[in-house]
Amino acid sequence: MSKLISWPHALAVTRRNAAMYRRTWVLSILPNFFEPVFYLWSIGLGVGAYVAKMRGVPYVEFLVPGLICVSAMNGSSFEATYNVYVRMHYEKMYAVMLTTPVEPEDILVGELLWALIRACMYGGIFLIVTVLFGLTTPLQALRVLPVIPLAGLLFAALGLAFTLRVGSIDLFSYYFTMFLTPLFLFSDVFFPIEERLHGVWLYVAELLPLLHPVRLSRAAFHGGGVSLGTVAWDITYTLGIALGLLSWCRKLIRDRLVA
Amino acid sequence: MSVSVPASVTAPPRAPAEARSSVPVVQVTGVSKHYDGREVVHELSLHVQPGQCFGLLGPNGAGKSTTLRMIYGVTKPSGGSVRVFGLDVAQDGRRVRERLGVTLQDNVMIDVLTPIENLRVFGGYHLLREPVLSQRIAALVDYLELGSHANVPVVALSGGFKRRLAIAMSLINEPELLILDEPTTGLDPAVRLSLWTKVRELKAKGKTVLLTTHYMDEAERLCDYVVIMAQGRAVCQGTPKDLILTHVGRDAFEVDCSAEEQTQLLQGLTLGSLRSGPRLLVYGNDLAALVPRLHAIAPERAYIARPANLEDVFLAQTGTHLEAGA
Repeated sequence: MSKLISWPHALAVTRRNAAMYRRTWVLSILPNFFEPVFYLWSIGLGVGAYVAKMRGVPYVEFLVPGLICVSAMNGSSFEATYNVYVRMHYEKMYAVMLTTPVEPEDILVGELLWALIRACMYGGIFLIVTVLFGLTTPLQALRVLPVIPLAGLLFAALGLAFTLRVGSIDLFSYYFTMFLTPLFLFSDVFFPIEERLHGVWLYVAELLPLLHPVRLSRAAFHGGGVSLGTVAWDITYTLGIALGLLSWCRKLIRDRLVA
Repeated sequence: MSVSVPASVTAPPRAPAEARSSVPVVQVTGVSKHYDGREVVHELSLHVQPGQCFGLLGPNGAGKSTTLRMIYGVTKPSGGSVRVFGLDVAQDGRRVRERLGVTLQDNVMIDVLTPIENLRVFGGYHLLREPVLSQRIAALVDYLELGSHANVPVVALSGGFKRRLAIAMSLINEPELLILDEPTTGLDPAVRLSLWTKVRELKAKGKTVLLTTHYMDEAERLCDYVVIMAQGRAVCQGTPKDLILTHVGRDAFEVDCSAEEQTQLLQGLTLGSLRSGPRLLVYGNDLAALVPRLHAIAPERAYIARPANLEDVFLAQTGTHLEAGA
């Protein structure tokens, strides 16, 4: 069994999704644009009116770095879970790809690239909106740019592993409600966790995947006060988890598609 | 758990005389497949010769689709070996699939895209680039008569049109071997007829065709050689004509009758017969004596005298109807 990844075949899988997206993007991009606007209005300006300052900045500005990562997380999570599941089980798209020279590993890489592209679109649009609102300077936007695909990669890997491991679409709501939602609420996005958590809980919090891209995003925005050691740890954690899960996914996708 | 038999024990089927010298396109040797202890295919051997239209015939659940999947390499045999174009599918799956085309039982395409866009995406899986891609698409649109709706989203197309598009997609890499899984299931008679013509034309162009079907008339019309499968096993194999002559004889005679009437009717005759409820089926090369005998026993009784077909072979070999499970 040839298990080497063929990039041209993987790109053909990505292009398939892109070809389909070109037909539907106008409809699907609108909520994508409004979501951050609603968040910034409601929580940033609404809740923010009652909050003096958070970590020395107005609350709405505190929210921006974290919400960019949340956008990237949502972009790749939807793609890597529901959409991959539908293509695999309902549309039987992978069954037809496997009648061609495309191998399961190529499908994995193709879907990963597409999830990354979607993460970059989500995160990128959010970033653009915050620049338009005057919440992000162009320099900050430039610095935070690499964090978006990094967050996308992490949640694409998590989503793909979940989808390939779990055989039922009914369990996806658990993934979103029991996993992504707590991450969203407790990963330094809405309040500085190091001010609320103490002792061993600070170490437990390090297990939260979203925390690491969020901290990198804050470092990219505000620079000062973040140690290089923390940045190195966050990058190592994110890449390590992502690559570890993806190598597991290689086995999972072959077991699932080639029985 | 059965152990797969070495290749030397299961004698490979004899190839038709004209192709005997050439290397088979598909060589399946003593192949078995278990899923969770359930045996889906049992020690199957078959050889598909170049230029042949080869049929896997059997009821639903006979193991036909599993056999096809093992041939193009997405299902791993539990035992035995599969070679296609002389290559070991387990080792060289990618290279094998570069040279074959598969039309799956379901029409799998992107609903929001047009036939041309679907062909373009599918060509991508074979790494086809311009200008070859557009040339191939134009030729296939023409050949499979997709021109009238070539730019309409697939979701709006009829079942027959989608089937033609599915076949066009599997021809985009100009395959040497075309695999069709239940090509005409669920289609109306006119569409079936036109698809049969296409399959014959492709064969005439030198393609090797391997198809599965549970329609015996389809197998009889299209296939040079058939394997009849039931419950994962090859019941018998040969040319449709040989199978009919060997296993049942040229003609069939059908009549509803009682057991006593049957004894009277067949007394002193050496003919194959079987019962399916009240129905008696008699097979043989000379059934001329039956009509006068039936008239003597029951003058008004309706009967059918017809040429024997593959359905009869299946019935005679398995005791069950081919489409019973369908």
